[in-house]
Amino acid sequence: MPEFAPDPMTLAILLPLFGAIAAFLAPRAAPLIGLGAVGAMAAAIAAVGHAVAQAGTVTVPLGGWGAPLGIELRADGLALAMLGLTALIALAVGLGALSAFAGEAPADGQPMPRQRAFFWPLCLLLLTGMNGVYLSADLFNLYVMLEVISLAAVGLAVLGGTVAALRAGLAYMYASLLGALMVLLGVGFVYLQTGRLDFAGLAGAQGSPALSAAFALMLVGLALKAALFPLHFWLPEAHANATAPASALLSALVVKAGLYILLRLAEAGPFPGEAILTLLGVLGTGAVLWGGVQALRAERLKLLVAWSTVAQIGLIFVALARAGTEGLSDSWRAAALLILAHAVAKAGMFLAAGRIKDVIGHDRISELDRSAVRPALAQLAFALAAISLIGLPPSLGFIGKWSLMEGAMGAGNWHWIAVTMAGTLLSVAYFSRALTGFLRFDRVRAPLDEHRGWALADAPPVVLAGLAVGLGLAAGPILAVLDLGRPFGVTP
Amino acid sequence: MIDMPLLPLIILLTSLGAAPVLLALPERSARLRTGLNLAVAAVKVALVIWLAWKAAHGVVYDLRLSVLPGLDLHLQADPLALMFVALSAVLWLVTTIYSVGYLERGPHRARFFGFFSLCVAATVGIAMAGNLFTFLVFYELLTLATYPLVIHRGTAAALRAGRIYLIYTLAGGLALLLGTLALWGLAGTTDFVPGGVMAEVAAERPGAAQALFVLLIAALGVKAALVPVHGWLPIAMVAPAPVSALLHAVAVVKAGAFGIVRVVYEVFGIDLAQGLGVTGPLIAVAAVTIIYGSLRAMAQDDIKARLAYSTVSQVSYITLGVALASPVAAIGALAHLIHQGVMKITMFMAAGNLAEGLGVKKVSQMDGVGRAMPGTMAAFTLAALAMIGLPPFAGFISKWYLAQGGIAAGQDWVIALLLGSSLLNAAYFLPLLHRAWFRDATPEAANAPARRKISLWLAAPPMITAGFVLVIGVLANAPFSPLEWTRFIVTREFNGGL
Amino acid sequence: MTEATIYGLAGLAVFGLGLMGVLGAADRLRRLVALNLCAGGAAMVLVASSWRPPPAAPDPVPHALVITGIVVMVSATAVALALIRRLYSLETDTDA
Repeated sequence: MPEFAPDPMTLAILLPLFGAIAAFLAPRAAPLIGLGAVGAMAAAIAAVGHAVAQAGTVTVPLGGWGAPLGIELRADGLALAMLGLTALIALAVGLGALSAFAGEAPADGQPMPRQRAFFWPLCLLLLTGMNGVYLSADLFNLYVMLEVISLAAVGLAVLGGTVAALRAGLAYMYASLLGALMVLLGVGFVYLQTGRLDFAGLAGAQGSPALSAAFALMLVGLALKAALFPLHFWLPEAHANATAPASALLSALVVKAGLYILLRLAEAGPFPGEAILTLLGVLGTGAVLWGGVQALRAERLKLLVAWSTVAQIGLIFVALARAGTEGLSDSWRAAALLILAHAVAKAGMFLAAGRIKDVIGHDRISELDRSAVRPALAQLAFALAAISLIGLPPSLGFIGKWSLMEGAMGAGNWHWIAVTMAGTLLSVAYFSRALTGFLRFDRVRAPLDEHRGWALADAPPVVLAGLAVGLGLAAGPILAVLDLGRPFGVTP
Repeated sequence: MIDMPLLPLIILLTSLGAAPVLLALPERSARLRTGLNLAVAAVKVALVIWLAWKAAHGVVYDLRLSVLPGLDLHLQADPLALMFVALSAVLWLVTTIYSVGYLERGPHRARFFGFFSLCVAATVGIAMAGNLFTFLVFYELLTLATYPLVIHRGTAAALRAGRIYLIYTLAGGLALLLGTLALWGLAGTTDFVPGGVMAEVAAERPGAAQALFVLLIAALGVKAALVPVHGWLPIAMVAPAPVSALLHAVAVVKAGAFGIVRVVYEVFGIDLAQGLGVTGPLIAVAAVTIIYGSLRAMAQDDIKARLAYSTVSQVSYITLGVALASPVAAIGALAHLIHQGVMKITMFMAAGNLAEGLGVKKVSQMDGVGRAMPGTMAAFTLAALAMIGLPPFAGFISKWYLAQGGIAAGQDWVIALLLGSSLLNAAYFLPLLHRAWFRDATPEAANAPARRKISLWLAAPPMITAGFVLVIGVLANAPFSPLEWTRFIVTREFNGGL
Repeated sequence: MTEATIYGLAGLAVFGLGLMGVLGAADRLRRLVALNLCAGGAAMVLVASSWRPPPAAPDPVPHALVITGIVVMVSATAVALALIRRLYSLETDTDA
């Protein structure tokens, strides 16, 4: 193979980056460039998938400089699953954005064209960062990619241009920067202790109090980015006030970056011990309960959906904690399944909520049932996504929860099962607030206009939500992909 | 005939696949919707007959899809599954005809028939589930599919009923999830096997096995409306008449009862359950439910509420027969699974016709309705007499076997229980019949503006099912009658356990 | 205690001061300055830690970390300032 032939992993990072630049320079063609770049990126990811399927773990030294000094890209089953997820969500959200941003200018004077012009560069930049995180094999690279994600994510969060969105976006930015600084400091300490930044080097490191402190710093920073209770304070407003496609990207993808790095750190480092895992589980429990209660109290649909993200993130941490003394050797699979399930379902749900808001004209939950116009398909998508998020069979969310509880039961940790059950009940309660509104008609004063025909904008949420339910049947193949290259060094 | 190994899946997919199409059909395409509904329902009956024919000739159907390591979605067609599938397919066809008439001018028909179809798909899945995991999947699907049907009218009362329904059934669903998980953890399998899979676990950890039994029965008892978790059933009767008919006859209540049959016979095995000492309490719960339901039924003036409490009582015959641990009682129980369905669907459809045609919803308004709607009331009367247990109708057959089973099991008091229950049945049904046939309609009722002639779509179905009530009672000993079929099943369950 | 240690501890202290500002301050601009203080503190710690007793040259890798951190912080500060300005103008518009 000639020297300059780019390998698919590099392309998966570079294609969206070039796309972002091109979309910024040619705003009129941005949607076309964007979808093209996402499509090309998906093809590159498929090529990565092919290589991973053949070899298990694939590594590429960038520019011919290998670890420990150079930057290495690495892909295994877990990375591949996350890459595939990113491509899927990006494609669906991108299609949804086509029509979401095609409408007229919103009420408070912010011209829509700005949204249309900047959505694609930001989205593609975000994808660059996401793919970079999944393919990074060293801490420093992860830090840089994390910052790329942060800046793009803040841009997406404030894209709507409303005061509320800007305020929430600024709070988000501060939290995100602080988290990144903690990660940076932690990375520095790790380097000082071990002299290495690559994962392979970390794996052989001796544990020490200083190293533990470094990991603790990174842990707090990442928990801030992943919005783990009680560091979730920035999330609900930021996600609820963004425009729907941006919300979908933020909740489906961005918070997952922090979670993913946590998983990778856990895989490579002499971390975490059972005490830390239990602490994470306890915080996750707090998130499940607090997020659930807040979702019950939320007055607007998008805020409800955002609070449910807080609760679901908490559940993922519970999944990490659930195996107790056996550590992550098995429980990472449950966490990974929940991450995938949440991403697909939540992206669909936010797009659906956006459609509902567009069609009805508001998203106040208490008045959803007063509207004579009902976006039936978007409501159906919302309901399907809710099924997966609640964890009802046969959805992917159900498989994730089953896997969580199965492991907890195996380890005799019934308390995590109780937490999962409580979370399930809460999610039924808060989602049914919205779902009853969809099905209730006695408060409508005008003649009903339920069927408004098919719109392109209905397709992405319906497809994503349908996948969130249907992928449960494909849990076997998904697990097979996750196990490629044996992340966490375990044979399935 | 050609072999079709995917036949169970196809039967499942006929209604599962029809659901999204029906949901997406525009409200105004009434003809297309009706045609599709009837076609799918008829095709399903034909396919089920084919399946039964092949299975009776020794073809084994066994479809698996691995979901998690060692855990499969599993469809099969054992005789017990066939019995329930046949019941649901036939009654679905009848109810579909009825629904078309009932909802002729109503709103949200696309939604109704979409979820209606989904509901039947769930029932078929429950019937053919080859393990508890698969059963759980369809059990939850059933909850989700029936909820929009219960609150179909979209009124505040319907929504309140829906909320209560959802709380009960989802709590039951969570308990079943926990139970399935525990079964998987303890026994390492969730397969339904005649004779059960819990023998080793019970030998090592009898306490855990007992706890699991209680958990699973409690979970299934919610849908089977066992006292004290029956509360949702009378409230859920705000649903449209065809939904009530389906809920009470085949879908929800029967899914619970069917699950109890599976758990007792094929998860634990009847001998093991008896050995664990858990059948006694179950018999007690069933007995209490039978009497309690009948007593409450007597106090209801609303016709549908009376029928609902009657269901609470009647469905527990199945649980009773199963728990008695005698083959004869088991025959009675399984036969009653079918008989009760056919009888109760007749009565609910008839009650719906009274409401539609005469505006009559209460027992106290029933004076003289027999003359106003003779066909409907004849069907109702036949079903009611059968329910009371008058020979030679269907209900008599089940009660006869249950009583014999009680004697065989050394529980002679069961006869007293059945006699008492039958007397109570008579006490709450006979006044209805008396009012309908032997009293004159009040003048204002006779001239009520609500009166209108009901269409054949509504009039025919209860008469058809009343015909079934007659036929399966009179021809109980004919080959392929429900009774014969249950004999076959029971032989299998009890031999398998030995 | 070497100079490098003192320097490093001072860096930690600066980081801590910044952290207090980020968490405690109500004013947007103040919080942003505090964040920059945090970044400065982190940079000091890393720079100090790369010191080696002469004649050995300092370790370049932490320096690379610091430079990247500075670049990130500068651009992030610029974005945050733009947001604050935009917010300020929107808020005064609605108040007027």
